Amino acid sequence: MKERLVQLEVFRYNPDTDRQPSYQRYEVSCLEEWVVLDALNKVKETLDPTLNYRWSCHMAVCGSCGMMINGEPRLACHTFLRDYPGVIRIEPLVHFPVERDLITAPDDFMAKLKRVKPYIIRKQKQPLEAGEYKQTPRELLRYRQYAMCINCTLCYAACPEYGLTKHFIGPAAIALAHRYNQDSRDQGRDERQEVIATKEGVWECTFVGACSEVCPVHVDPASALQQVKIASSFDWIKEHLLPGGGK
Amino acid sequence: MSRNPLIREVPPTSWYFRHPRYLRYMSREITSIFIGAYCVLLVFGLAALAGGPEPYAAFIAALQSPLSIAFHVAVFIAALYHATTWFNATQVAMKIQIGEDFLPGSTITGAHYVIWAVLSLVILGFAGVF
Repeated sequence: MKERLVQLEVFRYNPDTDRQPSYQRYEVSCLEEWVVLDALNKVKETLDPTLNYRWSCHMAVCGSCGMMINGEPRLACHTFLRDYPGVIRIEPLVHFPVERDLITAPDDFMAKLKRVKPYIIRKQKQPLEAGEYKQTPRELLRYRQYAMCINCTLCYAACPEYGLTKHFIGPAAIALAHRYNQDSRDQGRDERQEVIATKEGVWECTFVGACSEVCPVHVDPASALQQVKIASSFDWIKEHLLPGGGK
Repeated sequence: MSRNPLIREVPPTSWYFRHPRYLRYMSREITSIFIGAYCVLLVFGLAALAGGPEPYAAFIAALQSPLSIAFHVAVFIAALYHATTWFNATQVAMKIQIGEDFLPGSTITGAHYVIWAVLSLVILGFAGVF
């Protein structure tokens, strides 16, 4: 296995002592097959135990290790050192407040996620003896792609609208709302539309498409947002232009 | 220990220089200005037409000036860029499910090009080009 001396330039911020962030350079010997997260772990284990960052699964499932790697929102566990020959600049995800070093505060995203009610809503629950809510493979396919979201918030770091307009509910939360709207077992679309078919919902999106470009699990949030726009436009036409308000 | 998070503001007028994909987005959006300007020109053309043969002849003569031709070339390039970028984006916005599969994105984008070509031929036919 080939070893290489990797240079990392890492964003540092200590909320107890710093007013401004700084960058710290580390040189650490790594195997070429490693990912950026391995390099950070080696720095923490051998050079600087004060370095802070989040990680858990090391396999692009938990969504914890999102950070800016050479200016691009990426999962550190999903970014191979072999693709970065020079100095690797590592910063916390943009558009989020920085708690410490590479750790950001996801509070705003979590609050927005809660608002879109990302769970199955039933107007009338079936009794237990009626059995499970069945679904065909065809019905599953309608939303499966959007169910793959790992809440890593890379799409929020990529979205300039979210960076500029903090009230924007944002890509992942709206994509998850769409996921439940598309689910044949769900009856809660009206409740979610009140949140997402609004100025702070899909109508804040100008279709930059960056969210889909950076999504590590190919959820394609931009697709969900555009579909919500189209469906909401049809709702409006039905309500305002059809006799009887489309009811 | 209390929280003291660092807030990093996004520069409101220069954010699109931060990444090439933002520049591509802005260039797509800026082409709308050219499309809008051409619509204004067409409104002036309609007004000239409504004014009678003389104003309309003057309008047509003005269109043949070098400045007008340069404007038309610029608008044409912008319109091509505008149309192709949006046509390529249609496959993101339209997910057409057929049974247990989705229609390929290239088919959706391709259909838009076909409709564009057909409509262009129809309009050119109305204009008496053929």
